[in-house]
Amino acid sequence: MTRLRMAACAALVATLGFGAIGAALAAAPGAAVTIDNFAFGPTPITVAAGATVTWTNNDDIPHTVRAVDGSFHSKAMDSADSYSFTFTKPGVYSYFCSLHPKMVGKVVVK
Amino acid sequence: MSAFEAEVESRRGFLKCMTWAGTGLVWTLAGGVPAAIGLEAAAATAKAAPFSFVQVSDSHIGFSKPFNPDARVTFREAITKIAAMPVRPDFIIHTGDVSQLSKPDQFDDADQIIRSAGVPVFHVPGEHDVLDEGEGKLFLDRYGKGTKGAGWYSFDHSGVHFVALVNVVNLKAGGLGSLGADQLVWLRDDLAAHRSSTPIVVFAHIPLWAVYPDWGWGTDESAQALALLARFGSVTVLNGHIHQVQQKVEGHVAFYTARSTAFPQAAPGTPGATPGPMAAPADKLRSVLGVREVSFVARGEALPVIDQTLA
Repeated sequence: MTRLRMAACAALVATLGFGAIGAALAAAPGAAVTIDNFAFGPTPITVAAGATVTWTNNDDIPHTVRAVDGSFHSKAMDSADSYSFTFTKPGVYSYFCSLHPKMVGKVVVK
Repeated sequence: MSAFEAEVESRRGFLKCMTWAGTGLVWTLAGGVPAAIGLEAAAATAKAAPFSFVQVSDSHIGFSKPFNPDARVTFREAITKIAAMPVRPDFIIHTGDVSQLSKPDQFDDADQIIRSAGVPVFHVPGEHDVLDEGEGKLFLDRYGKGTKGAGWYSFDHSGVHFVALVNVVNLKAGGLGSLGADQLVWLRDDLAAHRSSTPIVVFAHIPLWAVYPDWGWGTDESAQALALLARFGSVTVLNGHIHQVQQKVEGHVAFYTARSTAFPQAAPGTPGATPGPMAAPADKLRSVLGVREVSFVARGEALPVIDQTLA
């Protein structure tokens, strides 16, 4: 095996390897939270680290999603708008709607 | 130059051009009840000339649902009604939610419509007006000249002291409307310069009384604000946010919430309802939207409030 072929082989392995990691990330379990009648649901919701949570506003008034600790926040979500955030670190994340702060929710990341 | 003088100055050129033709309007009155205020206030000396102003609220420009596909249309009807009032109001107060989503074109449209009334306009933001990335920067750029903090200010007009408060920013999870410590300090200092016999009008978007806290219809530090107002003989509090007329009198303080010009909301705590838009049949919509005229007749009396629908 020439040095060149070895290098090509290594590159192929690397590509396959990264591809596998990419596929694993894409396959990380996601979770959906809906906003209906001025409430987040389900809440609390438990996901694995690396999971992406997507909120969808089903109400006919805008809402937002804002972390209490400020670590994430959506823009105003009009009717049918969605917002996603990927949680990389385990922890408990409390959030609320900054327009209607009586609306509160929690994401538990394991 | 005070906020009021600045507003009047900016309107002056336009006002010269205005022609007033407010005749023949038959008013439809609903829910406007002059409230009685104590003897102490009634004994206060009078010096101010009678005048009136108008409150509009919750125009939600950008709102578009089948039962009201264009909130600009109903807002324009409200302003047309004001411009045609037999007694010309000295100014308009807009108690917030000018826009639906704090978009520049929504503010532009609202501005163009309300300016057509031809009188000065005073604004406070609603929670829908602070949704830009700057969290109210667009609103303040447009309406916040001469204001403090998140947009609070005061002005005097014909012997009445007007106080504009902002209770829609920095809201806390699980909480209600919020005034914040800085604004309360400012309010204390602002009121300190006024005699207890001075009639006070306070306006803010979210009710400054606990209309229905489960729906967020109240303000966290309202008790502190009201304590600062307690020594005054006549206090009128004007709010929006809940898209319906509610009123309460507590001591010398009369509280009122106003109708929206865009869409109605359910009565507080209606079973199965939410604090969101409530669809209204096409032939009923304008009977649940409206504007409010507030008159100042003589010092020491409650300010008569007349709510007028768009029907």
